[in-house]
Amino acid sequence: MTTKKTARRETLRGQRAALESFIKLNPRWMVRNPVMFVVEVGSVLATLLWIQSLIGKGEAPAGFIGAIALWLWFTVLFANFSEAVAEGRGEAQAESLRKARQDTPAKKVSSKVEKFESANIEHEIVSSTALRKDDLYLVVSGDILPADGEIVVGIASVDESAVTGESAPVVREAGGDRSAVTGGTRLLSDWLIIRVSADPGQGFLDRMISMVEGAKRQKTPNEIALNILLAGFTIIFLIVCATLLPYSIYSVEASGSGTPITITVLIALLVCLIPTTIGGLLSAIGIAGMDRMIQRNVIAMSGRAVEAAGDVDVLLLDKTGTITLGNRQAVEFIPVNGVNANELAEAAQLASLADETPEGRSIVVLAKEKFGLRGHTVDGMHFIPFTAQTRMSGVNLPPSFPPNRTTIFRPIWGERGGWKLEKARLTR
Amino acid sequence: MNLYSWLQVILYFAVLLLLAKPLGSYMAKVYQGERVFLDPILGPVERFLYRLSGVDSRSEMTWKTYAIAMLVFNILGLIAVYLLQHLQGTLPLNPQGLGAVSPDSAWNTAVSFASNTNWQGYGGETTMSYLTQMLGMTVQNFVSAATGMAVMVALIRGIVRHTTKEIGNFWVDMTRSTLYILLPLSMVLALALVSQGVVQTFSEYQAVWLIQPSAENEAQLIAVGPAASQVAIKQLGTNGGGFFNVNSAHPLENPTPFSNFLEMLSILIIPAALCYTYGKMVGDTRQGWALLAVMTIVIVALLGVAVWSEQSGNPLFAKLGVDQNQSAINPGGNMEGKEVRFGIVNSALWATVTTAASNGSVNAMHDSFMLLGGLVPMWLMQLGEIIYGGVGSGLYGMLAFVIIAVFVSDLMVGRTPEYLGKKIEAYEMKMASIVILIPVMVVLIGTAVSVMSEAGRATIYNPSAHGFSEVLYAFSSAGNNNGSAFAGLGANTPFYNIALGIAMFIARYWLAIPVLAIAGSLANKKKVPAGAGTLPTHTPLFIVWVIGVIIIVGALSFLPALALGPIVEHLMVLGK
Repeated sequence: MTTKKTARRETLRGQRAALESFIKLNPRWMVRNPVMFVVEVGSVLATLLWIQSLIGKGEAPAGFIGAIALWLWFTVLFANFSEAVAEGRGEAQAESLRKARQDTPAKKVSSKVEKFESANIEHEIVSSTALRKDDLYLVVSGDILPADGEIVVGIASVDESAVTGESAPVVREAGGDRSAVTGGTRLLSDWLIIRVSADPGQGFLDRMISMVEGAKRQKTPNEIALNILLAGFTIIFLIVCATLLPYSIYSVEASGSGTPITITVLIALLVCLIPTTIGGLLSAIGIAGMDRMIQRNVIAMSGRAVEAAGDVDVLLLDKTGTITLGNRQAVEFIPVNGVNANELAEAAQLASLADETPEGRSIVVLAKEKFGLRGHTVDGMHFIPFTAQTRMSGVNLPPSFPPNRTTIFRPIWGERGGWKLEKARLTR
Repeated sequence: MNLYSWLQVILYFAVLLLLAKPLGSYMAKVYQGERVFLDPILGPVERFLYRLSGVDSRSEMTWKTYAIAMLVFNILGLIAVYLLQHLQGTLPLNPQGLGAVSPDSAWNTAVSFASNTNWQGYGGETTMSYLTQMLGMTVQNFVSAATGMAVMVALIRGIVRHTTKEIGNFWVDMTRSTLYILLPLSMVLALALVSQGVVQTFSEYQAVWLIQPSAENEAQLIAVGPAASQVAIKQLGTNGGGFFNVNSAHPLENPTPFSNFLEMLSILIIPAALCYTYGKMVGDTRQGWALLAVMTIVIVALLGVAVWSEQSGNPLFAKLGVDQNQSAINPGGNMEGKEVRFGIVNSALWATVTTAASNGSVNAMHDSFMLLGGLVPMWLMQLGEIIYGGVGSGLYGMLAFVIIAVFVSDLMVGRTPEYLGKKIEAYEMKMASIVILIPVMVVLIGTAVSVMSEAGRATIYNPSAHGFSEVLYAFSSAGNNNGSAFAGLGANTPFYNIALGIAMFIARYWLAIPVLAIAGSLANKKKVPAGAGTLPTHTPLFIVWVIGVIIIVGALSFLPALALGPIVEHLMVLGK
């Protein structure tokens, strides 16, 4: 981005923030911040007193009241301006996220279809907002995923840069532990059938946008507590200033000279005493905190999370597929107990033919490369697919299939740790 | 200030701080239910009291139950004192035959003694019979002090305990405070005072022949009564309600410099020791010492101002050529309203100490103090009676300030606020803000109403800035449960009796309840272990920070009002 373009963008943002600071003067918006609301009321009062002094009945010189009123308005406007600028920074991020979340067309697939073999499945084109939880949709290479979901069939490469900022595409596939996809990302290859996991508006992207935008920003717990403290102090000082007037009147009467304190001075004293600076900047600080985290690619899911992030000393990460590739590959067949290596390779390959995980596929590939065995079907073959529970795949062979072995060994994890081989029977 | 003045102050604070630890650890043992040396004598009495009243000493209460128990007990006490005053004409032990007290004054006195304020809009020896003084005032002196201590112990338990809803048993706390702490100390002190000449008798007022009889009088009626027993608890329980009208300036209530020293010491001894008790009970005595340091620094600084102001004397007298310098035969300074047997330093020290501690007893007339010398007691009260403060109430007020100070300082460092392992969240901030807000509101609004209304203005006998100071002092005193007064105000009128009564009631109970709420909420939380990022709360930095918070809040809230009172008076006198 050229400096000229950045400069231009900055001025545009600045102008928009300036305009917004006037729009935010709306009392219904200001009420949410009690301290600045008090200052705004004071400004209005001071302005009225100024007008009163212009027509000659003022309590103090018009110039004095006018100057005070002007300062008070500046205070309110600057507080609003800071909030608008902070919100503006989040806008840019929200815009790019919004683009990703556009109303994309979805290829909805009827859930009655049993088997998905290729991308040529009957589907109807609906809007992404019409998709509901548990609906199935098809995406082919080049499509933008319309909604968050879980992959039912297929393996493909997905560009998730819109959501995570990761420039390299990631592999997503059914049946493993990396089967979740996010709406708004783009499919780069192959095809997928996906089951929707979130209703529109509840998706991951939508929540991120609303948080970044700041409009529905949750107040952090400390912010709430600080607001209470500020409100308490505001009340104290309101009473201090309000009671000053009777004291002044009494003193004047008792001493017989002097004039009671003017309301303009009382308002000015009040604004000096109440925690105006903190009150005005608190919302801007809250937004800035959220924004700082987004800039570091950390998504805070709630206000509380932003504060928790500040307390974190050590971060423990679970090594799942989104952080690393976790692609285990078979590199060697090791026969045990006098088993022929060739037979082992064939058996392993047959057992892994239906396995769609990277490990399973690598077994098939290794058997082909090392032993020249090609995957083949045998009549009466019955595949046992890979599941997360058994973490194995297998095949039931018909009794006629050579070799005539009825015993196989199966690796299991021992109670006291370590892999052990266990005898298992071929099921029929 | 000559050598003796310095010695006086140093001796006082040295003895006070030396006694804080032994008494403090004794009280910690009492509250934690451990064996103390008085157990063989008082244990059976305590158990008998529980059996008599049906209290299960092992069951504990949630904060709401505790608050209700405290309120009910205090209100019943209030009603009892009111009835005693109303019926005293028909009750025994009334040798002077004093009649029923007027309703508004009775209300005022009842609230005042139940709330540990002991504002006395009446003159003791001309209004109250011996029975009323003993059964009404003295009993309330004990139980109002014990109430304050009980609430404080509940708060400490709230800080110490975790993930529980129970903060103690009000009846047990009250009984143990009275039986093991207040009673023994009072008995010792009363006997010591009697040895110095404080009266303790049931006989009627004595008529004595005058050495120089005048045309009208040959004899003078000397008021006597069971004063020593009341004076002892008046000081120890930071009550302040004396037997006689002029309180401890009366020669039969405070005869000798030694009795003066004892009475002054007993004003601050329990509040100071409670700081150590606090440290002991939370398991880190440095916390207690830190709070004690905060209190001592503030009081010594303000004491310096008071003594200097009083010793400098009246600038108007200086202009007239009066010699106000201190010398071997001249106390110097401003002796108006002060007793000759006490002098400048002892009077200024007593005034500072009594208004720091929500006591309110006096040994000199504060109304006659110089202007800055009168500002110091007023401002000490307005800080919220947390510099030592009342027994129990001072410490829990101070802890509310500490919570706010910790909250602000932790946010400045960028950490989640926590105090002694408990997170400070919105609820605690709400309650702590109420604790700080209410006394300020009561003082300022009460004063405003008084100076605006006819009834209020009618009895300001010194109209002008000094009269305003008198009204401000009265409400500062009532609104912070102190009880001392600038005497120039005619405060025994229906208006002031009712208004001040309301102020005292609100200040005591609408403060104790948020404190109990904080206790309950903190007790319910999980304990967070101290980490590298926790702000330590016993370091000199923290002490200075807390002092700063207290001074700033107190100054900002009251400077406008003070500017129209003592400060403008001071400037006018300087300008003359």
